[in-house]
Amino acid sequence: MSISVQNISKKYKNVQALQNITFEVQEGELFGLIGPDGAGKTTLFRLLTTLLLPNEGSASVANYDIVKQVKEIRNSVGYMPGKFSLYQDLTIEENLTFFATIFGTTIEENYDLIEDIYVQIEPFKNRRAGALSGGMKQKLALCCALIHKPKVLFLDEPTTGVDPVSRKEFWEMLKRLKQKGITILVSTPYMDEASLCDRIALIQKGKILKIDTPDTIVKAYDKTIYEVASNQMHQLILDLKHFSSQYSVFAFGEFIHYIDKNDTFDTAALRTYLQEKGHQNISIQKTTATIEDVFMDL
Amino acid sequence: MESVQEKIIIVENLTKQFGDFTAVKGISFDVHKGEIFGFLGANGAGKTTAMKMLIGISHPTSGQANVAGFDVQNQSEEVKRNIGYMSQKFSMYDDLTVEENITFFGGIYGLSRKQIKIKTNQLIEELQLGNIAKTKVGDLPLGWKQKLAFSVALLHEPKIVFLDEPTGGVDPITRRQFWELIYAEAHKGTTIFVTTHYMDEAEYCNRVSIMVDGVIEALDTPKKLKEQFQVNSMNEVFLKLARNIE
Repeated sequence: MSISVQNISKKYKNVQALQNITFEVQEGELFGLIGPDGAGKTTLFRLLTTLLLPNEGSASVANYDIVKQVKEIRNSVGYMPGKFSLYQDLTIEENLTFFATIFGTTIEENYDLIEDIYVQIEPFKNRRAGALSGGMKQKLALCCALIHKPKVLFLDEPTTGVDPVSRKEFWEMLKRLKQKGITILVSTPYMDEASLCDRIALIQKGKILKIDTPDTIVKAYDKTIYEVASNQMHQLILDLKHFSSQYSVFAFGEFIHYIDKNDTFDTAALRTYLQEKGHQNISIQKTTATIEDVFMDL
Repeated sequence: MESVQEKIIIVENLTKQFGDFTAVKGISFDVHKGEIFGFLGANGAGKTTAMKMLIGISHPTSGQANVAGFDVQNQSEEVKRNIGYMSQKFSMYDDLTVEENITFFGGIYGLSRKQIKIKTNQLIEELQLGNIAKTKVGDLPLGWKQKLAFSVALLHEPKIVFLDEPTGGVDPITRRQFWELIYAEAHKGTTIFVTTHYMDEAEYCNRVSIMVDGVIEALDTPKKLKEQFQVNSMNEVFLKLARNIE
C-alpha cells in the first residue's frame, strides 16, 4: 500500500478540519480528493507530508509512519502545495537546481522523469519565476516536486484557476507520470477532473462521503435526472423550484437538471405547468448523472 | 432581449503594450445593456489586461473604450464610479465584520449615512446574513465571502458589474447559487461582465467572447459558437480554439 490512512482526525482550535478519515491508495494509483474549499483537503496533504501532526489516528506513506519517520517520508514524497512554493526571485533553472540540491541530487540525474514537462518551459529558463504565467509556474512547480524522483506525489489543487486547455495538458502529464509507477494523490474542486482518476474520495466538511471508481459512483446513483430547457432559462430555474414535487433544481450548462420527489413522475404534468407559466420551446429529457450531480446530492 | 439594443460598453481597437510585448492587440466588441457577457480566454491570453483597461485602472496604449457612457482614457474616474468590480481575490477586509465591510464600501462609493444604513439592512436581509452580521469576514466560508463581495460591488447600483473569476474554488451548489444571484441582477437590468474558467458557466452567458493571444478569436451566443465549431459544449469550443493556435 502506498498510502494508508487510519481514523485520522485533526482539529484547529474550534474547527474540526478532519473527522475520522480512513482510506488507502495503492502503488501506481492516481487517486483524487474531490471537494470544495474548506473540505479539509489541504490539512490532509499537510498531515501526509509530515508538516502537521494528527490529533488522532495514524497514517503511513511509502510504508513510513507519518509521525515517527518524518525524514524518510520527506525523501520519498514530492509535494506541490496549492499556493506555489517557488522562489519568485529565482529563475526557472535556479529554482529547479535549488530543489535538486536540497534533496542531494542533480537535474541531470532524474532528467528523464521531468523531460517532457521541462522542455515546455526550457525556452524561458532564465526568466524569474515571479514573471511566469500561471500555466508555466504550475509546470515548473511540478518539475520541482519531481526532481528527487519521489515514490508518491502530492498535488494540492494543481489546476485551480487554470484554464481548460492547460488543465487538460496537466492531466495528460499526470497520466504519463502514473505510467512510470509514481503514486499520485491529487485534489481538485473541478468535478469534471474526477473522471480522470482511478479512484476518488468525495470529501466535504472534513469527512469522506464516498470512495470508489468514478464510474461506480455515477452508476450507483439511483435518482432519475431530467434535463430541462426553455426560452427563458432564469425564469425556468425559479418556476421549477416552485413545482410542487421538485426535489432539486440546478443549472447545468445549457440545461437545468431537475429531479422529482416521486418515482412515478410524469413529464407531461411538468410540461403543462411550464406552458402555463409562459415558457416556450420546452424540452424535458432524461439524462445520465455526472459526478457533480452525485456530489450535490450527498 | 429587445430588438434595439443599447450598448453599454463599446470597445474599438483597444491595444495595450508592455515594452515590446503586446498583451492586447486591437480588440473591438460591444456589450449590450442588461446582458451577461462572458469574457473567456486561456491564462495569459490578455483577459486581465483588457479588463483593467475597461475598469479604468490601466491606460490603453491605443484605441478606445467607452464604458457606461464614459471614455476609459480621459474619464477613468467617472468610469470607476459607474461600475462595480469583484475580483477572485476578494476586495473585502478580513478583519472587519460583515456590517463594517458594507459600511466601509458604502462610504467609499459615496453613499450617505442614511443610504448606507438602508443598504446594510437590505443586504443582510436579502442574503440572510442576520446571524453573521457581526462576524469577521475572514471567518466566513468562501461561498459567503463571494456572495457578500458581489453584493458589496453592487452597493452603489452601478450600471455594469465586472466579475473576475467570481466562483473559483467553491462547491458546486454554492457556485450555482452564485449564478442565480447573477441572473437576478441581470434581470434588474444590470450588465454583467464576467470571466470564468468553468466552461459550464460560459453556457449561462447571453454572449461569450474567447480571447487567444491578445485577440478576440470568437464572439457569439454559446449556441451559435457550438454550431460554428460543430461541437456539443463550450468546453470543446474552447479547446478547439486554443489548440488551433499551437
